[in-house]
Amino acid sequence: MGLKEWVDKRSPLPDMWREHMAEYYAPKNFNIFYYAGSLLLLMVALQFLSGFLVLAHYVPSAEDAYNSVFGIMYDVKYGWLMQYMHVDGSSLIFVLLYVHMARGMIYGSYKAPRELVWIIGYILYLIFMAEAFFGYVLPYSNLSYWAGTVITSLLKSIPFIGNWVTIIARGGPGISGDTIGRFMALHVTLVFILIIGLIAVHILYLHKVGSNNPDGIDIKENKDSNGHPLDGIPFHPYYTVKDLSGFGVWLFIFAAVIFYAPTFHHIFLERTMSTPANALKSLPDVTPPWYLSPFYAMLRSIPNKNGGILLMLFAVLVPFLMPWLDRNPVRSTRFRPVTRIMLIIFFLNFFLLAWVGEQPPLPKYFFPERLGSVIYVGFFLLLPIVTMFEPTRKPPARVRYRAH
Amino acid sequence: MTEEIKNTQKSIEPQTSPAVITRRRFLTAMTAVTGTAVAGAVVVPMVQSLEPTAAASALATTTIDLTPIEPGMQVTAMWQEKPVIVINRTPEMLATLDETMQKGLLKDPNCNVPQQPPYCKNKYRSRIPEWYVGIRICNHLCCIPHYRPKKGSVAPWWLGGFHCPCHGSMYDLSCRVIKGSPAPHNMAVPEYEIDIAKKKVVVTHMYPLAHLC
Repeated sequence: MGLKEWVDKRSPLPDMWREHMAEYYAPKNFNIFYYAGSLLLLMVALQFLSGFLVLAHYVPSAEDAYNSVFGIMYDVKYGWLMQYMHVDGSSLIFVLLYVHMARGMIYGSYKAPRELVWIIGYILYLIFMAEAFFGYVLPYSNLSYWAGTVITSLLKSIPFIGNWVTIIARGGPGISGDTIGRFMALHVTLVFILIIGLIAVHILYLHKVGSNNPDGIDIKENKDSNGHPLDGIPFHPYYTVKDLSGFGVWLFIFAAVIFYAPTFHHIFLERTMSTPANALKSLPDVTPPWYLSPFYAMLRSIPNKNGGILLMLFAVLVPFLMPWLDRNPVRSTRFRPVTRIMLIIFFLNFFLLAWVGEQPPLPKYFFPERLGSVIYVGFFLLLPIVTMFEPTRKPPARVRYRAH
Repeated sequence: MTEEIKNTQKSIEPQTSPAVITRRRFLTAMTAVTGTAVAGAVVVPMVQSLEPTAAASALATTTIDLTPIEPGMQVTAMWQEKPVIVINRTPEMLATLDETMQKGLLKDPNCNVPQQPPYCKNKYRSRIPEWYVGIRICNHLCCIPHYRPKKGSVAPWWLGGFHCPCHGSMYDLSCRVIKGSPAPHNMAVPEYEIDIAKKKVVVTHMYPLAHLC
């Protein structure tokens, strides 16, 4: 008996390989948007690697955190590379997350039977937000300090126990060295482990029901004599190879950002990150990182504290309901022009909100802030009505694709 | 062979008898209850370990010297990790306090929300009209508002006061919140003692009813 045979008899891996790779049939007609998922896996692996290497030099204390980060930038060999990989990587993860989610919305991937895949994925998105937030408090720059103060003070709005929760989150009345300690613990252990675990759960739930595709039709309805979908191909080797070439292209983009635009015009790394924390000097304008700013714009659009927080909570949580707000049985918006136009307006509006969320809090921005919030909320309110009555074309019986 | 099967059946049978099931359920319930109790008991010290350390919660008072603060000037000092502002207001600045009330700009002009100790419940929100002592933390989401004493410096109608850089909350020179701000209340005033003869302020403790942010 060969060694391979001996191991295979005792290992669960061959079965898992067959189930999830060699005999997992994915639709033939994936397009460019379907790279985002595998690229996210790659980026999480790279974040782990670069994060591990910067953590080796980072000192989690109020006195030393800021200097240790500058030490990584200037004294550690290739520390600048690891640092920029980690900083730009986090922004690019959100670029990919938004592409991945937008693709799901355009092709109706959240609809039955994939509701749980959508919900788990959306929880992952929220956890990525938390991971990013804890991460950008750690350098203890002035932006870290004030962003940390503003975000943790949102907890005070929790009824009854808000003050206590805020103090537990901060480890004191304000942001301090104690806060850094617990945020680092969250960033590198609990939240990171949650991300890894939920990615596994997300993929397992996806593989149970099968991948959707741009035509939004069920490939399991047309099978050959072996019981394999006629419109599907095994994930391995077809999509593994395709995703690997996607990795190649993406790594060029990632490298170009790191080497030529590491701060990305101060969008990926804000200017206020380069002054140390100062409890007596809040920033001229505390704006969140670009990936959170649409929600922040909605928080600001209501001149009432709890009202703003409630609108923001609503905006963050309402996408969970997507599978039930969409009443049309046809998945892909290729056959639902009205929903497609609504989605395009929704995405453009998301950019508007992201832009306005980065602007200083001046009265002249009230109008775009409020308009953006109305469109955002309006999309979700209109969705159930529109999808019940919209004109719908009949999807084709088989997926349409062009073989290479 | 048959004997063997009978033996097995005998040993299986009692397992499914009502008495055994009841006993098993009882044991399962007891284990579950005990397990929950132990888990709950362990959570208490775990959560408490996250509370502020003794060093962090050690309270202190702060004494601020008033001698260098000339009329129209302000000084910010740290007290319990919070910035405390002291303003020496000129008669013109005090006059704006009436103006903001007359123009109806304020959410709570008469300070009915207990954001200040009872002895500061007046339009000056201070023990002595000229000297404002308060916590310089925006009531909205804890940012530090900018001191903007000049008229017209934030908006054409601006009479002087505080403007928060985070979400645009506005306050007058008594830190009373101006209508249209996201902040719900006036900025908090701590308990303090002021001695004009000795030219000093001692910030003692937080006024318990005040809502900081």
